[in-house]
Amino acid sequence: MKARIKVMLKNGVLDPQGKAIEGALGALGFPGVAAVRQGKLFEVELAEKDPAKARAALDEISKKLLANTVIENYAIEFDEK
Amino acid sequence: MKSAVIVFPGSNRERDMLSALEKITGTKPVAVWHADKELPKVDLVVLPGGFSYGDYLRTGAIAARAAIMDDVRKKAADGVHVLGVCNGFQILCEAGLLPGVLMRNSHLKFVCRHVKLEVANAKTAFTRKYKQGEVWRCPVAHGDGNYFADAETLARLEGENRVVFRYAEGTNPNGSLNDIAGIMNERGNVMGLMPHPENEIEDLNGGIEGRALFESVLEAVA
Repeated sequence: MKARIKVMLKNGVLDPQGKAIEGALGALGFPGVAAVRQGKLFEVELAEKDPAKARAALDEISKKLLANTVIENYAIEFDEK
Repeated sequence: MKSAVIVFPGSNRERDMLSALEKITGTKPVAVWHADKELPKVDLVVLPGGFSYGDYLRTGAIAARAAIMDDVRKKAADGVHVLGVCNGFQILCEAGLLPGVLMRNSHLKFVCRHVKLEVANAKTAFTRKYKQGEVWRCPVAHGDGNYFADAETLARLEGENRVVFRYAEGTNPNGSLNDIAGIMNERGNVMGLMPHPENEIEDLNGGIEGRALFESVLEAVA
């Protein structure tokens, strides 16, 4: 089973990398870009076939390592196939 | 005083730390590999600076899950003193031994220079040889030293006098909240700071004010 875990900084947490990208886009002549936030995307392949169990395992994986929940949120998506 | 320095893949300040500890405590510290399961019986455990695991994922994130960290947690719970410097501070935060997180410097640049450090709490095991409010010069070298915690955690840290060091005189090099350079846990036996006191211990370094930090622990555990 394949899944994607998206990790983003929580709202209100300053994202200097996103800000720098936003600034660069402005300099490139994309004045319409209002805001950019940078995050991380993980593709994880699991042996588990049961969707509920897979979600529970990914939840644990995200909390324990992939995201630092002090500053980041995560979202789990399964690959449709 | 017996001490141990944990070496992770990518640590690079462990030699400075081992040398400083030996010079100041008079006892040769033990270097402990991250994959070991158990620490020797010591009074002080140090997590040194560096770039463990190349800062992959988040600074300190992977090292915080190393095998040795279970015993670091156990020793900390038993009251053994634990000090994290720079990457060691980041690891302690990621391991949940200290609250909050060290984020990318607000200006996105790596900083390698001297800052002014104010002793915000001189009544700790790590600062008792300093004077309250004393300001001293200390080097920093980091890309992720921007301390962040939610408002509630920050209020608690301040209320309980757990901010141990602050950047003083406008020298905050990273955008850290409340100019925080170092904090400790509730019990006061675990402390993390971004600056490098182990690199300010001899006249050759241009100053010796970093010694008092190690001398404090030496006195506290005596």
